[in-house]
Amino acid sequence: MGKRKPEERIEDFKEVDTGFSAQDAVLESLRCMDCVKPQCIKGCPVNIDIPGFIMAISKEDFRKAADIIKADNMLPAICGRVCPQEDQCEGTCVLGIKGKPVRIGALERFVADWERENGLLRPEVKDKTGKRVAVVGSGPAGITAAAELAKEGHSVTIFESLHKAGGVLTYGIPSFRLPKDIVKTEIDQVLKLGAELKLNHIVGRSVPVEELLSYNAVFLGTGAGLPSFMGIEGENLNGVYSANEFLTRVNLMHADSFPEYDTPVLKKGRVVVVGGGNVAMDSARVAKRMGSEVTLIYRRRKEDLPAREAEIENAIEEGIEFICCANPVRILGEGSVIGVECVRMEMCEADADGRPCPVPMKGEDALFTIDADVVIEAIGQSPNPLLISLIENLERGKRGNVITDDETGLTSIENVYAAGDVATGAATVIEAMGAAKRTARAINEKFKD
Amino acid sequence: MAYKIEKAEEIAENIFELWIKAPHVARNAKAGQFLVIRINDKGERIPLTVSGVDGDLVRIVFMKVGKTTMFLSTLGVGDFIEDVAGPLGHPSEIKKWGRCVVIGGGVGIACLPILAKALRDSGNEVTGIIGARNESLILLKDELSSFCDEFVVCTDDGSCGYHGFPVDILKKKLEEGSVDCVWIIGPAIMMKITSLATIPYNVKTFVSLNPIMVDGTGMCGSCRVTIDGETKFACVDGPEFEASLVDWDELMTRQKVYTEEELKSRELFEDHTCECGGH
Ligand SMILES: Cc1cc2nc3c(=O)[nH]c(=O)nc-3n(C[C@H](O)[C@H](O)[C@H](O)COP(=O)(O)OP(=O)(O)OC[C@H]3O[C@@H](n4cnc5c(N)ncnc54)[C@H](O)[C@@H]3O)c2cc1C
Ligand SMILES: Cc1cc2nc3c(=O)[nH]c(=O)nc-3n(C[C@H](O)[C@H](O)[C@H](O)COP(=O)(O)OP(=O)(O)OC[C@H]3O[C@@H](n4cnc5c(N)ncnc54)[C@H](O)[C@@H]3O)c2cc1C
Ligand code: SF4
Ligand code: SF4
Ligand code: FES
Repeated sequence: MGKRKPEERIEDFKEVDTGFSAQDAVLESLRCMDCVKPQCIKGCPVNIDIPGFIMAISKEDFRKAADIIKADNMLPAICGRVCPQEDQCEGTCVLGIKGKPVRIGALERFVADWERENGLLRPEVKDKTGKRVAVVGSGPAGITAAAELAKEGHSVTIFESLHKAGGVLTYGIPSFRLPKDIVKTEIDQVLKLGAELKLNHIVGRSVPVEELLSYNAVFLGTGAGLPSFMGIEGENLNGVYSANEFLTRVNLMHADSFPEYDTPVLKKGRVVVVGGGNVAMDSARVAKRMGSEVTLIYRRRKEDLPAREAEIENAIEEGIEFICCANPVRILGEGSVIGVECVRMEMCEADADGRPCPVPMKGEDALFTIDADVVIEAIGQSPNPLLISLIENLERGKRGNVITDDETGLTSIENVYAAGDVATGAATVIEAMGAAKRTARAINEKFKD
Repeated sequence: MAYKIEKAEEIAENIFELWIKAPHVARNAKAGQFLVIRINDKGERIPLTVSGVDGDLVRIVFMKVGKTTMFLSTLGVGDFIEDVAGPLGHPSEIKKWGRCVVIGGGVGIACLPILAKALRDSGNEVTGIIGARNESLILLKDELSSFCDEFVVCTDDGSCGYHGFPVDILKKKLEEGSVDCVWIIGPAIMMKITSLATIPYNVKTFVSLNPIMVDGTGMCGSCRVTIDGETKFACVDGPEFEASLVDWDELMTRQKVYTEEELKSRELFEDHTCECGGH
């Protein structure tokens, strides 16, 4: 799969990866050994029949490949692009032990794109059952659950508080990784199954909790949208953004095209991004595309960066400067940001998760300052309490996440289910979808009783 | 789904009211809450207080200050607004306080009728005090006074009612010892100065903060304000807070983040409307 040149791609928001041609896809598919015990399937959170669809590609039966993928994954054009494949399907592919794993993600993407260009087929929808289900949130979890429930013939209403559906896929992940027309097409497909989408509806406010609980079942897919801040001095200076705000202004509101679009965003010279995950990489690369000089500060070592490998590589190619083993202690400025004071970090013994702990170094030399006009904090998100704190007796964990049964997604309240980031804390698209699918099946089963 | 404007009127100089059909907001809105609108696909999301409810209709009242509010003022009956989300924020703390004073400055006056009515309906005695630069900027006078037991209009130039600021009237009432709770809604500087008056009397004083917002649902942190030394998100933790705990200077600084961009937007819009009459 090809990639556009860095100097060209930082000039726009068009997709970086150019995808496989049919020929490339077939060639790549021939590398798969069609293993008897395919390890790749175990690495995929929704257990797609990976050798199955790859064999179909090798026979140039792309329609069949699409059908096989769709049996387990409603949103393949999205997952093929954003799954952390190196930790999932490609991470367990046996060819990866000695050499390069089969490029499963790129193949999945190819099939999904082929299908979109050659006409999507609508899955069968069963007769109406008369059961009403409320799905709260239209991110990957909500959309997946809605599809599974609608196919069974239930009347599904999706409530979304923003003016566009898609959750993080729409407001968080930038279009150079995930073009927005792809998100829209995949969501439209789900709506064609008969689910109703109500935008601008904040459940808990536009839809009171009593009304929500009057549905036969409720699926909470409200995500982990609440941004964390470091809690250091100078954080409320003008020019300090949460990654959520920065990305929302650009991806959802198109502030990169201000003043053609009305929403502004500061596009000043020097941008410092704090964090090392996908969210930090996205923020840095968006800032770069708006003409800034970008430095990313991460408190652990480079090898500990939690973002997807490919995205770290892309960020480096695009000229983002990385300062690892450092952490901001103070944001400097009066009114507006002028710099960030940081402390160097050293790594100590492993913590409970087996990851070495960063601790600040002591002494004058440990401190250094970098100039900045904008600071973007990408240090994590937790579940937005707006709705879940209003539902009485809904049990929640320490990090504010809704506690659910692993198998069924059932919460502490009868007929109220939850899946995705709201249950797990910030995770991945495919994990959210996998959990949503299991939960939707549990709801479907429950309705059969 | 777009939302239809059912009534539109200029109710004071540069201040407009629109009644919009938005049942999901109207059905659930209470005093103190706001909504977020986005006029069209290229528009900004801006927060506006729910200033009245009538069946399926919600009222917004706004002053022309920049691109979005200027554009909004050109819309009339039968036009549509692409997005209306809400109600958002916590409702005002309505209970039996006793004697309440509600103070409005400028377009902040628009928030008072629904508040005064709710307070009255809960058995409070309500004094309404409104202030504006001059008579032409006074709005909703008759409506508001109908929900108040006592009602005072103040103008800076004396063109209507009392010649002076609402805070003068408030001070008098505080001295008389006849106040149990105060709401002050208006520009930040007016809220800051007016609320200073109640501190010596230790009277509960609410203000409604208006930082720059994006989503209005707690997802971005654009609206963060410092309350008693702690960062809060005004859209979900407020917008009403206790006046004495607010870091006013920070709020006023943060309101100016985009001054340059706002000016540019406004100029472009004005040039454009000059050339082709708004279309
Ligand atoms: C910038 C960024 C980059 C990422 N990159 C990757 C990546 O490369 N690969 C990957 O696998 N994962 C990535 N992730 C993580 C992934 O996007 C999430 O794990 C996933 O979106 C979670 O899905 P969800 O449906 O649970 O929640 P969300 O996508 O957060 O959707 C929740 C939806 O619910 C709505 N909502 C919330 N409260 C209410 C309410 N009260 N009423 C109505 N609607 C409500 C929200 O507006 C939102 O639309 C990234 C995340 C971010 C922020
Ligand atoms: C909870 C709340 C309730 C409000 N209620 C009302 C009301 O009932 N009537 C009314 O006239 N105004 C109200 N405002 C203020 C209103 O949102 C701004 O006047 C409006 O956003 C200006 O947009 P503009 O494009 O016309 O002007 P701009 O030129 O963009 O901005 C003018 C000024 O308005 C403020 N502003 C700009 N963008 C935003 C934004 N996205 N969010 C908040 N403030 C912004 C800034 O301080 C700016 O300096 C309220 C604000 C908040 C936070
Ligand atoms: S959904 Fe993700 S993990 Fe599963 S096969 Fe596709 S790319 Fe791999
Ligand atoms: S593990 Fe690798 S080689 Fe084996 S079936 Fe899966 S993709 Fe093919
Ligand atoms: S406006 Fe985004 S969190 Fe308040």
